Amino acid sequence: MALNPDFVGRTYPPVGTYQVGREKIREFATAIGDSNPLFHDVDAASAAGYVDVIAPPTFAFALAFQAMISVVSDPELGLDYSRVVHGEEKFIYARPIVAGDELVVSTVIDTIRAAAGNDMITVRSDIATVAGEHVVTTYSLTVARGTA
Amino acid sequence: MPTFAQVNVGDALPAQDFPITRLNLVKYCGASGDFNYIHWSESFANDVGLPGVISHGMFTMAEAGRVVTDWIGDPGQLCEYSVRFTRPVAVPDDLVGTVISVSGTVAEKLEDNRVKVDLTATCKGETVLGRAYAIVRLP
Repeated sequence: MALNPDFVGRTYPPVGTYQVGREKIREFATAIGDSNPLFHDVDAASAAGYVDVIAPPTFAFALAFQAMISVVSDPELGLDYSRVVHGEEKFIYARPIVAGDELVVSTVIDTIRAAAGNDMITVRSDIATVAGEHVVTTYSLTVARGTA
Repeated sequence: MPTFAQVNVGDALPAQDFPITRLNLVKYCGASGDFNYIHWSESFANDVGLPGVISHGMFTMAEAGRVVTDWIGDPGQLCEYSVRFTRPVAVPDDLVGTVISVSGTVAEKLEDNRVKVDLTATCKGETVLGRAYAIVRLP
């Protein structure tokens, strides 16, 4: 069944704050095989002007993903998670995520459409510090195959 | 890091090949928190009509982005990064896995010392990312 377009604009409150840990950044960078010293070495990050190691650019999705679970598992929305694949992803950065950041993720359903028998939903997540500084915005298009 | 003045539209970034094995996917599950069964369970992936266990799209995106961030040196100078996932990347259950080949080309010089780079990513000769681009700020 096609998703209800009335859900566009629905917001999901932040799921607490996310404390960005240095070791989590290193774990993520290691998992993607990226040895860029700014992800691993505090001195290298400091020489580049950062207060601590910075996170790889796609790390922001790990935060947005936690918030997106609230959306895809929203029983009122009714998305079939077993049919879901990732369709598109876009990041717009104000600055990199840095170890020590305390971040909050605000999530909103940006678009809903159906095409070729698939449900497609774009979720926008604005990631900011607890002090309100915008860090990065993510747009994630999720496709539920053959459910529309 | 290249400077804005040095860069010309049409310049090719150094291309890279990124091997992907099941071990990479397991590590990425843990690091990212995305434990969707399609990234580690063959039977589940088959049941939902996929060609076996597939890579996280975000893992592919992370690898492709390294062509850009290795080029500029400081990944913090990335302004925008966007991809479409056009085809699943199947990762066989062996120690060889598969390979994603990524290349990039300077597509446009923008204001404020920013440059748009178009990316191409293929696996077994087929495109796996569409409309993939990054915008970076250069000194």
